[in-house]
Amino acid sequence: MAAAKKYDAGVKEYRTMYWQPDYQVKDSDILAVFKVIPQAGVSREEAAAAVAAESSTATWTTVWTDLLTDLEYYKGRAYAIEDVPGNDEAFYAFIAYPMDLFEEGSVVNVFTSLVGNVFGFKAVRSLRLEDVRFPLWFVTTCPGPPHGIQVERDKLDKYGRPMLGCTIKPKLGLSAKNYGRAVYECLRGGLDFTKDDENVNSQPFMRWRDRFDFCQEAIEKAEAETGERKGHYMNVTAGTYEEMIERAEYAKEIGTPIIMSDYLTVGWAAHTSLSKWCRKNGMLLHVHRAMHGVIDRNPNHGINFRVLTKMLRLMGGDHLHSGTVVGKLEGDREATLGWVDLMRDRYIKADRSRGIFFDQDWGPMPGVIPVASGGIHVWHMSALVSIFGNDSVLQFGGGTIGHPWGNAAGAAANRVALEACVQARNEGRQIEKEGKEILLNAAKSSPELKVAMETWKEIKFEFDVVDKLDVQHR
Amino acid sequence: MSDVQDYKSRLSDPSSRMMGTFSYLPPMSPEQIRKQIEWIIRNGWNPAIEHTEPAHAMSNYWYMWKLPMFGETDVEVILAELEACHKANPDNHVRLLGYDNFKQSQGANMVVYRGKAV
Repeated sequence: MAAAKKYDAGVKEYRTMYWQPDYQVKDSDILAVFKVIPQAGVSREEAAAAVAAESSTATWTTVWTDLLTDLEYYKGRAYAIEDVPGNDEAFYAFIAYPMDLFEEGSVVNVFTSLVGNVFGFKAVRSLRLEDVRFPLWFVTTCPGPPHGIQVERDKLDKYGRPMLGCTIKPKLGLSAKNYGRAVYECLRGGLDFTKDDENVNSQPFMRWRDRFDFCQEAIEKAEAETGERKGHYMNVTAGTYEEMIERAEYAKEIGTPIIMSDYLTVGWAAHTSLSKWCRKNGMLLHVHRAMHGVIDRNPNHGINFRVLTKMLRLMGGDHLHSGTVVGKLEGDREATLGWVDLMRDRYIKADRSRGIFFDQDWGPMPGVIPVASGGIHVWHMSALVSIFGNDSVLQFGGGTIGHPWGNAAGAAANRVALEACVQARNEGRQIEKEGKEILLNAAKSSPELKVAMETWKEIKFEFDVVDKLDVQHR
Repeated sequence: MSDVQDYKSRLSDPSSRMMGTFSYLPPMSPEQIRKQIEWIIRNGWNPAIEHTEPAHAMSNYWYMWKLPMFGETDVEVILAELEACHKANPDNHVRLLGYDNFKQSQGANMVVYRGKAV
């Protein structure tokens, strides 16, 4: 037996205890990689060790109670450091956390550690959580998506193509009856879904119960008319969890197939409870991501969206907004493909060209359907089908309702464009390259598509992406 | 307003009922259908045929035509079965599925013959 340690009060360098380059990572560890920019004069090893220490067991000074436990067993440790391509100030710090540090099934607990105090810590100038590897033991203790991709397809009878949606606009200000009208027109024209916008909750101009009633009537009539199944994401986001559940229960009572929540603004605990309610009650759950830009857009500080994606899959949701790559909102193509894989696949291999640092095994956990929404229209269709594949929802808001002949025509235009692209893809054609020809041909038998193509021809969103993958300067 | 077109879809008009994927496109030519069958085969999916009376098209369970054609990779054989099903049930909708046993789902599902509108 080694002699017991003596208590030695005072401030020690973190690296003496929390920098351990020879550490052999365990399968059960939670692994994290942070992009760190240290303060001037702080070495990389010390900064990395400080992040490991402050996000696990340590405080700024030695305390006598440290000696009452086995810190060697409980501590997180920085085990590797790497240069960040194209950024000389920053480095990647890889940190391993032992399984005992976390409560089973609590995403809240993991992130209270990993992105807690450490993000305000003085020794680092900025800090960004780039990726987290969740070990299988943790994955299997989390609820996961209420239903998953295959179950949703079966429930809604949608096969062999991406699904189509539309966010009802204007986002705010319509009466419930007029809002239901907009929903009905979209659905009868050929969309699978319509959606409440994130901030449509229960304002004085349209209380939630009235909205639900009118939208449900719109769904039922459109189903009878088209012979296809339809849904409207009824947003149950509210100020308290009790209000959310009251709205969810009512949505179930009137027989609607899908509700929605905003997982960042409602809080992770509330969202996870709602997700469990959805599984228990056979309700699909669409998940919006308001506030994500606050957290994930700064390339040097915050949390990368791929981590927010993994977090959502663990807490549960059947749909999650992913970015469009081609529309009005931010999104690097390779990075987006990376987190789309993380939503849908069973096992994702590390792939730095997509920003994925760790292998991730989801075990039996169902997948989440990525939702591409924001500033897209028919001209983007071939690119969207090619980027997202079948297991996705493509959402055209302005691109449906902005059609010169109205929502039904806008919806039909999108549906025809989608099916034409899917048909061409299945025939083995290069749809991204031949997109224009495919759409022009489809428009010959669809006046709705022809007019849509004339209306949106010139619109492009060609701003540079702010949050890019880290690549070497050229 | 004169250049705005009405959207012609009616509860009272059976031709307004749609049939899932590809039902918003004009009917496919035999050559186009052949290419969709090749897509099913290329993906390693199992072709299957189902049919129903149009009045019951919303049901999850259409009638199976025989059994799914597990491992069938001959386009001609699949086309012949589609035609046989159609001939035996001329008033019914007939659809072709591609069962994806790895995803436990259907990779493809398209109506090939539309039955008599009701």
